Amino acid sequence: MKTASVRKDDDVLRNKPKITPQLVAEHGLKPEEYQRILDLIGREPTLTELGIFSAMWNEHCSYKSSKVHLRTLPTKGPWVIQGPGENAGVIDIGDGLACIFKMESHNHPSYIEPYQGAATGVGGILRDVFTMGARPIACLNALSFGDVTHAKTRHLVSGVVAGIGGYGNSFGVPTVGGSVRFHTRYDGNCLVNAMAVGLAKKDGIFYAAASGVGMPIVYLGSKTGRDGIHGASMASAEFDDKSEEKRPTVQVGDPFSEKLLLEACLEIMAKDCVIAIQDMGAAGLTCSAVEMGAKGDLGVTLDLDKVPTRETGMSAYEMMLSESQERMLMVLKPEKEKEAEAIFRKWGLDFAVVGETTPSKRFIVRHGGDVMADLPIKELGDQAPEYKRPFVTGAKPKPVEALAVEPPASITEALEELIATPDLCSKRWVWEKYDHIILGNTVQRPGGDAAVVRVEDGPKGLALTTDVTPRYCEADPFEGGKQAVAECWRNLTAVGARPLAITDNLNFGNPERPEIMGQFVGCVRGIAEACKALDFPVVSGNVSLYNETNGRAILPTPSIGGVGVLDDFTKSATLAFKNEGDVILLIGETQGWLGQSLYLRDICGREEGAPPPVDLIEEKENGDFVRGRILDGSANAAHDVSDGGLLIALAEMAMASGIGATLEAAPDDIPAHAFWFGEDQARYIITVPAAQVDTVIARARNAGILAQPLGTTGSEVLAIAGEQPLSVVGLREDFEGWLPAYMAGETPPSN
Amino acid sequence: MKAAVLVFPGINRERDMARTLRLVSGKEPAMVWHAETALPAKTDLVVIPGGFSYGDYLRCGAIAARAPIMDAVQAHAAKGGLVLAVCNGFQIACEAGLLPGVLMRNARLKFICRDLYLRVEHSDSPFTRGYNAGQVVKVPAAHGEGNYTADTDTIVRLEQDGRVLFRYAAPDGTLDPDWNFNGSVNSIAGITNEKGNVLGMMPHPENHVEGAIGATDGRGLFAGLVDTLGKAA
Repeated sequence: MKTASVRKDDDVLRNKPKITPQLVAEHGLKPEEYQRILDLIGREPTLTELGIFSAMWNEHCSYKSSKVHLRTLPTKGPWVIQGPGENAGVIDIGDGLACIFKMESHNHPSYIEPYQGAATGVGGILRDVFTMGARPIACLNALSFGDVTHAKTRHLVSGVVAGIGGYGNSFGVPTVGGSVRFHTRYDGNCLVNAMAVGLAKKDGIFYAAASGVGMPIVYLGSKTGRDGIHGASMASAEFDDKSEEKRPTVQVGDPFSEKLLLEACLEIMAKDCVIAIQDMGAAGLTCSAVEMGAKGDLGVTLDLDKVPTRETGMSAYEMMLSESQERMLMVLKPEKEKEAEAIFRKWGLDFAVVGETTPSKRFIVRHGGDVMADLPIKELGDQAPEYKRPFVTGAKPKPVEALAVEPPASITEALEELIATPDLCSKRWVWEKYDHIILGNTVQRPGGDAAVVRVEDGPKGLALTTDVTPRYCEADPFEGGKQAVAECWRNLTAVGARPLAITDNLNFGNPERPEIMGQFVGCVRGIAEACKALDFPVVSGNVSLYNETNGRAILPTPSIGGVGVLDDFTKSATLAFKNEGDVILLIGETQGWLGQSLYLRDICGREEGAPPPVDLIEEKENGDFVRGRILDGSANAAHDVSDGGLLIALAEMAMASGIGATLEAAPDDIPAHAFWFGEDQARYIITVPAAQVDTVIARARNAGILAQPLGTTGSEVLAIAGEQPLSVVGLREDFEGWLPAYMAGETPPSN
Repeated sequence: MKAAVLVFPGINRERDMARTLRLVSGKEPAMVWHAETALPAKTDLVVIPGGFSYGDYLRCGAIAARAPIMDAVQAHAAKGGLVLAVCNGFQIACEAGLLPGVLMRNARLKFICRDLYLRVEHSDSPFTRGYNAGQVVKVPAAHGEGNYTADTDTIVRLEQDGRVLFRYAAPDGTLDPDWNFNGSVNSIAGITNEKGNVLGMMPHPENHVEGAIGATDGRGLFAGLVDTLGKAA
């Protein structure tokens, strides 16, 4: 008892240090932000209060640099149940069911401690989804690593992949898709963007806003420890050479507890015990309690003596800023408290009433009988500072003339080389580390355009994908933003799904630099334009800024996670050629756009030019046409044409089936390498049985869509007229071989 | 058939298993919580499903093997009752002493999820009567610790007594180290106890029972069980 009282006094004393400018700066608050705090509360804050402000007003939690631009995104549609602002977005997929999904970054922690950083990224996004009442049915991710020759790259790939698998596999959700890229601009900052998708009854969705005065606030899940303190602040600053020292700010994941938390939460939700629920993610107890109160226009009082702790002697400051994982905060119906507690005890989880809602709109934190913080809740939460940061838009690069790009010695040799580059090679080594079949609903596994999962017992299916082409965004943020959304829409379409909505995970450098802010603004404008044109609203998202080290920023990387629906999952198309003798049709126009192409970068060593422009009307028309042919059964395989261009897409279709193709030579008016490797947008390849080709081409012509026969499927080689035929088996060996060899340290990295 | 699927904290393929049992047998299995001390009356098949019981933070399966329900499972097995133990279930069964040997980390130390080929060694078992001896079936696996091993005497006895029911094989049924992806002794994928009423296997036949979701090669195992238990009932 004696030590406890000493500790308490100590906590009070520690809570009232002199607030120096240095202490303010250490909390990531600018002098003008500190002045705003003084104006707001009319006195000097306590240490706990300063910590709470730093947690709520940092970039990661407050979106203070991005909010003004995010408001321009289209977020509505007849099928949107909940847009941005809640734990995750919610869309209506029919039959009384809702799909709940979101993508979120865990970049900074993953660079410092890749396994735990990535694992807790998956854990956090899963909680966002099941907090709303959904059972998670799939995970995806979008990963960006540094150049393959960089000393840390293997270590980061290995750790991040193991962390994603370690968490998702144990939790029991299939990781069905994603993307992996390498570029030197990620050398000092890798990106780990994790997406979770869940399913709920449309009338069984739970929100964060508290309601009712005097309602018990309940703490659930794991105990609070000293891990992750200041994690959100770390994610709101750039790195330097000492960033390794931030390892203690990375939390440790416990997928076992998360699985228990999921089952317990869904059980008490089914028993109608819950008024409001919020997971403890970034800035833990602070952020969750403030959001519940602020959203419900209520005050919140917390009694920290009731919080289950993992270690003794934790101060109010530490408890309020801890980012210990696998924790939830709920407002329960008082009459259901005992029932809810019994359920949590059954699952072996902590359950404690730690506070209540009040009419005061104040956020009050008590510890050891003393008030450690007493702050206005709205200003902390939904009225955090907002900046209109200055930005500059870079000059648009000039298009690269195809004739000014060196042709390869032979088209097939260039194909062999490209197919075994880090960005285009098979990512099987990665996705085989993820359980992608658990739950027994995975219709299309990783490796295709989009994953397809069955919804419950069918026949409905969901198509899921993540996309972005950062080199396009760097060259022209507006076109790059458009392209990211368009490619996502195209990938969903290529499996036959009707694209419904997206989640956006916007990764950029330091927004205080006008050129970085210019990239952000350009990309957001591009995303907004494409979402409007394609009727593809943004329902959730996350912004990760300050991804830079020693002044060098990442490529602008607005990852787009898309969800589409199939009325009958058995009708989904895969990219594999199906039969010998089918006719290969290219849908969409080819000009041979080599600017920013992988051919230009990886064969010619030039990263330059304008990216391919995206004509959104053409995207929509071509996509609707392709989807129509998949659903009416005339197209038996479909694939979008993206990175690497036409010949890469054809090779992927051949490798997926083992069936080769005989292809006509490139048309006379386009240089062969521009035809085969150009990255013109709004294009698909479909295969059609010979008997139906005339009908399909006629339908395309009537719809004003270009459908160009390229050749026929068959044999075991890819044979372009006038070129040496390439064995599909050999090509597959190159395609599958690069990444395992690299990760085993066997290959000398290319370039 | 009256199946009981055990649910330990951290088990995560219990829903897959329950759906498959329902699909093949037409009957809903009972889900039995680890803290129970008795199986539902007239249970004739106990299934220990896959997952990460207790997070697998200790040796895989070691904690679940000591859960309250396991005494009832031991008694059920001792009386000749059928037990199907898959993946984490296999690990639990080994830890509980229902089966000999142990499952170590995969040869290349990585968790691997992929479809693979199993050669059915004989069909003279309630678990394999739905297959032909020598038949090759494609089923998925998803584990990091499925590298089966035991002392030499045990392996010799398993082989002599025909207790190896499944081996990892090439698509044509030949044994090949390249296809023994987790490095198990003698490419062992599934074994029974001495009486032949307890099967432990690492791959997931329950995930390959529908043509629209992959393949149907796993169905034979469940169809065989329904056949066996239907006749007995």
